[in-house]
Amino acid sequence: MLDIRFPIGLMFSIFGVLITIYGLATSGNEAMYVRSLDVNVNLISGICMTLFGVIMLLFSEPVRKIFRK
Amino acid sequence: MDTKFALAGIDYLIMVVYFIFVLGIGWALKKYMKNASAFLEAGRSIPAWVAGLAFISTNLGALEVMGMTGSGLKYGMLTTHFYWVGAIPAMIFLALFMMRFYYGSKARSVPEYLKLRFNEKTRGLNAILFAVMTVLASGISMYALAILLENVLGWNFNVSLLASAAIVLAYTYLGGLSSAIYNEVLQFFIIVIGLLPMTILVLTDVGGWGGLQNSLAPIVEGKGFAADTWTTTWKYSGTGSANPLGVAWYGIFAGLGFVLSFGYWCTNFLIVQRAMAAESMTAARKVPLIGAIPKMFIPFLIIVPGIAALVLMNDPLKGFALPLNDAGQPIYDYTIIMLLKHYLPAGVLGLGVTALLASFMSGMAGNVSAFNTVWTYDIYQSYIRPVTGNKDADDRHYLKIGKMATIFGVIVSIAAAYIASKFGNIMDFLQTIFSMINAPLFAVIFLGMFWKRSTGNAAFTGLLAGFSIALIHHGLTQPEGATTLVKGGWLGVVHTYPVEMAQNFWTAIYAFTTSTVLTVVISLLSKRCKTDEELNGLVYSMTPRLSDGDIRWHQRPWFLATVVGVICIVLTIMFW
Repeated sequence: MLDIRFPIGLMFSIFGVLITIYGLATSGNEAMYVRSLDVNVNLISGICMTLFGVIMLLFSEPVRKIFRK
Repeated sequence: MDTKFALAGIDYLIMVVYFIFVLGIGWALKKYMKNASAFLEAGRSIPAWVAGLAFISTNLGALEVMGMTGSGLKYGMLTTHFYWVGAIPAMIFLALFMMRFYYGSKARSVPEYLKLRFNEKTRGLNAILFAVMTVLASGISMYALAILLENVLGWNFNVSLLASAAIVLAYTYLGGLSSAIYNEVLQFFIIVIGLLPMTILVLTDVGGWGGLQNSLAPIVEGKGFAADTWTTTWKYSGTGSANPLGVAWYGIFAGLGFVLSFGYWCTNFLIVQRAMAAESMTAARKVPLIGAIPKMFIPFLIIVPGIAALVLMNDPLKGFALPLNDAGQPIYDYTIIMLLKHYLPAGVLGLGVTALLASFMSGMAGNVSAFNTVWTYDIYQSYIRPVTGNKDADDRHYLKIGKMATIFGVIVSIAAAYIASKFGNIMDFLQTIFSMINAPLFAVIFLGMFWKRSTGNAAFTGLLAGFSIALIHHGLTQPEGATTLVKGGWLGVVHTYPVEMAQNFWTAIYAFTTSTVLTVVISLLSKRCKTDEELNGLVYSMTPRLSDGDIRWHQRPWFLATVVGVICIVLTIMFW
């Protein structure tokens, strides 16, 4: 049956990349990050999420199958 | 206080991606839905860790998340009683002592276990009450979601309600219980990852745990409690009046730690169904224990920010406030919404909102997937089909019925949501009433599983009487300051509890006690309805012990249970 790690990994990789790019694009916008205590929380969360997504993907059955070949 | 969020394009993009994945999972599972067992029981093929996360995720609905953050603000760390003493012992008990009978008896639902162990009428009573309760619960969360979307995102109530119902219907219709379970796992990760930035930011803002304790002291003393009441759990539970819950330690222990939590975690089919879908007996027994590990740490994600919100509210420099209701009281359930709005910029905000949407939908899907199983196996198969005289009721037929029940469940939920929008009080009332069926059910199942002498007639009477006593107790008591009869006292007030929580605890305790006493007495007076052979696999003393010898030591349920128990005790002592 479907290995749930694959959709989870894929979804968080997409979220991670989207939010990282958005974080980079808005990095000069200091007013926007006043609410998050002057931290670019998009950049940090985006990178963490991408990492999480990729790790999930690496452990998922479809990806491991490719590596076995 | 304005509750509207200003969402940017990126936030909507995240929501859209999420919905594509939700529906995609349903679509990917469609090809496995060949018979009723695959659709309604996930073919008993779910790995332990997936079922374990779904087990915990079903309980982590949006109403729970919003309610618990609000309770953090109102009651402080005492709210963790709902997680540590109020869930973990019951989950360990379910895993070690009860799961093997649910799973091993080949019952497909909790009502069906009652049929195998006792008799048809006990099953019928439980099945009907359960079916009504799940549809109602699903309707209420649908209503709450639509109201939230209207207040927070400015979306149209009707559109939000119908769109969310359509998405839930689509993925549960396509992939059945498997789809509901897989989406619950997805939802678990998105809730944790979506709320984590907010939790970290709010804790940083109040100066960490130490800063939080210092800032809370004057606020809490101002409320008339000891300075550290909001950051401790058991310290002020010597008497009910020393803590904001209004319940002393024995009430917490008996009401929450025993009756309410064992009733919920060990007998509610909505929860147990996740473990019954596991791929093997060992996996099924591990499911509650795997779920218990994240469960213990969820308070730090959702309750601690609520406690910090109390500090923020009392610091004018922070500019944090809760919206007020018509009576000028703060709406505590909006605590998490206002925290998300206060701290998160566009981008992660979209993720936070998606987390809430996700938890609403999986709550509905969970209810719908439990409803269609009980409807198909316990109501249709045993009562409706014999009457219609349908001879060709094969597996394909039940698959069709299961799918129709899914559609029917969603439609009735939509109707319930509209009733809630017109007569909110009635729905609150019904929900309170139906929350009362778990305590007597636990008494009956517990006696059935561990005492071979308990009989069918006794179980039926115990269940019915326990429920009636709960109703009468609710009708005769009310919490202090109650303004509507929804909170109780509709038969005349003979006792007033300091807070609603205390009333709920004691309702459950009375119902459980009545049910236990009656079931025991009537069992002793009546003839046994099942022979020893018939009770093999259903009753503890009549079933050969399971041997875990061929399971590796770190995979054994007893080992996992010990780990969970030790972590729970350490947490309790740390925050004593």
